[in-house]
Amino acid sequence: MLEVNEQTAQTEAPEKGRIEREFTVKERSQWRMALRRFMRHRVAVASLVVFILLVLFAFVGPMLWQYTYLKYTNDLSQPPTLKHPFGTDSTGFDQFAVVMRGTAQSLKVAFIIGFVGTATGALWGVIAGYVGGGLDSGLMRLADLVLTIPALALAAALGRSGGGTLLMIGLILAAVSAPYVARVVRGVVLSLREREFIEASRALGASHWRIMLRHLLPNTIPVLLVNATLLIAQGILAETALSYVGFGIQPPDTSLGVLITTAQGAVDSRPWLFYFPGIFIILIALSVNFIGDGLRDALDPRQTRERR
Amino acid sequence: MLVFVIRRLLISIPVLLASTVLTFVIVKLSGDPLLYLKQRQPRPPQAFIDQEAHRLWLDRSWPAQYWHWISNLLLHGNWGPPVKGHDNVGSEIVSAFGVTARLVIVSVAIALVLAVITGVVSAVKQYSLTDYTTTTIGFIFLSMPVFWFAILLKQGGLWFNEKTGTHFFGTIGERAIPPITNDSFAANFGDIMGHLILPVIVLGLVGYAAWSRFTRASMLEVLNSDYVRLARSKGLSRRRVLVRHALRTALIPLTTVTALDVAALLGGAIITEHVFQWNGMGTLFLTALSNIDFNVMLGWLIVTATIVILFNLIADILYGVLDPRIRHA
Repeated sequence: MLEVNEQTAQTEAPEKGRIEREFTVKERSQWRMALRRFMRHRVAVASLVVFILLVLFAFVGPMLWQYTYLKYTNDLSQPPTLKHPFGTDSTGFDQFAVVMRGTAQSLKVAFIIGFVGTATGALWGVIAGYVGGGLDSGLMRLADLVLTIPALALAAALGRSGGGTLLMIGLILAAVSAPYVARVVRGVVLSLREREFIEASRALGASHWRIMLRHLLPNTIPVLLVNATLLIAQGILAETALSYVGFGIQPPDTSLGVLITTAQGAVDSRPWLFYFPGIFIILIALSVNFIGDGLRDALDPRQTRERR
Repeated sequence: MLVFVIRRLLISIPVLLASTVLTFVIVKLSGDPLLYLKQRQPRPPQAFIDQEAHRLWLDRSWPAQYWHWISNLLLHGNWGPPVKGHDNVGSEIVSAFGVTARLVIVSVAIALVLAVITGVVSAVKQYSLTDYTTTTIGFIFLSMPVFWFAILLKQGGLWFNEKTGTHFFGTIGERAIPPITNDSFAANFGDIMGHLILPVIVLGLVGYAAWSRFTRASMLEVLNSDYVRLARSKGLSRRRVLVRHALRTALIPLTTVTALDVAALLGGAIITEHVFQWNGMGTLFLTALSNIDFNVMLGWLIVTATIVILFNLIADILYGVLDPRIRHA
């Protein structure tokens, strides 16, 4: 790292200051370096753009589009045209508006899973790793236990009595995925807690909570970010799968998974009802996966291997 | 080594017992098994509902129900009475398990072979067109809803059958319905295979995408390590270094990952079976869940938990056997 302090360069050689300044470099923080590495990952940057467009499509689009998802039109079962880019269904709902709404709902579920799952898992892992001892083995055995049951079966069983609202399904899937995060975070914390800066803050009299929340947790953020993208991508797929087997979000509430499930009978006669929601799920999951890949490269330099 | 295996086996027993408690609570939370009676119009007499509740032990406290269930299962091999119908829960699970095992084993075998091949090729040719193509395809598979793809594939199979006027792809069930009359081995085998192809592709892709990415990463790490460089500089051929030195090491973590992915594969099997209407574990679970046939659900969850714990154990042991750096004291 080339790092020259501008001030010392000036005081040491005031008459040559101008020349020295040519060689001075602004200090680069860890995050700025990560950002630079991320920007170099072309696919990840493109995916970020696609993802932002998807979010705009889902949340701003309905304000601009001429139909709402509740508006009956007189065009029944029309294939895609300029008037209805994604066609209409047999009741005359404009599918462009319906898919917008489905995308918005799916994104909400995904964000709940990504945020709640990561936050719960992070706390779980930090406490287990920092406190150690009996609490650690207790918390980790609990995580192992949850992971012995296929996540889909677990979520379906809980989702059946959960009422099938968007919030419930999001929280259930978050709870099911938190143990994965907890395991990873615990591993990071175990190595961090032996480091000098933790010892120093303990010597300075910091409380356990302060050490966990102010010193350990911020250092796991790179890992958390990468894991959050994974949770979001997997979460959106899990939600569709859950809707498909009938224990996910229940109509009239909707999501892309619900849309595909209701359209599966029409795959022959009105395939556009089936294709578009599926394509949007792939677009969301794919862009999030690629963003995660870029974040991993950017935040964990050990993982990037030099070209040979 | 033997001591290690025995110790791990013994540790697995309390884990499994704890897992039965957890599954019991989850199943209890999933709903009231007698709701179908209470909602029936006209409502059956209260005495009948009470009688059913008594038969299913629902009139006891949760701990008493749990104790009744687990002691019956462990001491008598009795899985408990089903809520509706007269089927034996145990035999139902066994027959469903056979069907699912066929699907999962074939999928895993094919997916692993393909994943290792693509993973190695794209690691060796890192940043080549092949690498980018396989990486992109892998990412697309990882980002695709399993059942969406399955339905498309099923549609494709039906289209193919229609065009060729055959029944080459079976798209419904694990065997032909009604059962084929031809008793010969070839006919039976063909029937099973025809029904197997499409579901295997669907379930295989779940594993393939993740495993090929993993093989690539693990292979890259090994290829950049010092001992591989040494082997090359010693004058060994590229091919020999690749297969004998690099691949052997790179595959060690893959065995663990595969063994640990069993839970995810069983989850994927639920979806796959639902699309292709197989009468396997997935269908069994979904039907049981919608009827809250709680003894079937409990049995199902215990069988899967046992399988997952068993594979975790196998992963641990394999790791010790394959990696000489790990010595279990």
